[in-house]
Amino acid sequence: MNCPECDANLKIPDDASVGEIVSCPDCGADFEIASKNGTVCELKHAEKVGEDWGE
Amino acid sequence: MPKVRIVFDRVRLEEKMLEEKAVELGHDTKMIDAKITNVSTESKRSDFDFGDVVLERCVSYFRGLHFTACLEFLGVPVFNKFEVANNCGNKMITSLLLKKHNVPTPKTYFSFSSESAVEVLDKEGYPLVIKPIIGSWGRGVVLLKDRDTADAIIEVRELNDGPLDRIYYLQEAVKRPPRDIRAIAVGDQVIAAMYRTSSGGFKTNIALGGEPVPCEITKELEDICMKASEAVGGGILGIDIMEDEKRGLVVHEVNNTVEFKGLAKVAKRNIPREMIEYAVRSAVK
Repeated sequence: MNCPECDANLKIPDDASVGEIVSCPDCGADFEIASKNGTVCELKHAEKVGEDWGE
Repeated sequence: MPKVRIVFDRVRLEEKMLEEKAVELGHDTKMIDAKITNVSTESKRSDFDFGDVVLERCVSYFRGLHFTACLEFLGVPVFNKFEVANNCGNKMITSLLLKKHNVPTPKTYFSFSSESAVEVLDKEGYPLVIKPIIGSWGRGVVLLKDRDTADAIIEVRELNDGPLDRIYYLQEAVKRPPRDIRAIAVGDQVIAAMYRTSSGGFKTNIALGGEPVPCEITKELEDICMKASEAVGGGILGIDIMEDEKRGLVVHEVNNTVEFKGLAKVAKRNIPREMIEYAVRSAVK
């Protein structure tokens, strides 16, 4: 599929799961896999690292 | 077989390892995205598929904490418990509990205004380590070597003016080798430990590039970890320990949603397996 931001070719590994983050190699935008049906993925912009993120 | 659910907001390697191991152990396993789950005061456990036990693994502390409150409201067994998450998520509460339970811990000062923080620094002398009371991966942790550094950090905090910026957590700079110890406690056992060496600065977080090196689980390490675990309420915990030149081991942090991809590389025991088995065992008691 193509990057929703810059239209570059976005390769999503077959074993990627919902909730994982993929980064566009061209523009660097991060996307979260929102849903996955076979090889068809729906992407949404990943959340920014929050102040309360961590362990 | 008990049903295992893993609540997440971002899938890291740890969540994938936990899911894989739960499946391998034969559990009906599902991943649940906290971001798209709605709960209300009218909700019932039967409205959801939270299985027999939940591992709460959100990377956002507040999201995970509040989701845990909802799970407990619904009567779903969850690890860690709300009280434990609350105790570990806030460094000030953790420090108070460690001291109260006689767990050796660095001397730490709490101030509730910038003026009071400066007063402590002037009285106790430099260096002291300032840490945000909420937060992880070493972010915002600064070694205050002198008054100029302190003034700069305090000014930034005042400009940010977040509610938590008004709480000043100042800790002695422990004299120690350039490393610390991360141990994982699961229930009443320490299942793995490693040294985290600094990648240059004074911080040793793996998230900042600290290198994991295996650490022997001695009786002394096991004892201090178990005391720290009991102090915060027990469960699945990442305990951070420093080797003070004079006092020996001191616990400075206890982590609630422990990351373990670094430690898994050097651990003898299978960390996700131990976590899943403990959660299931504890939930079906």
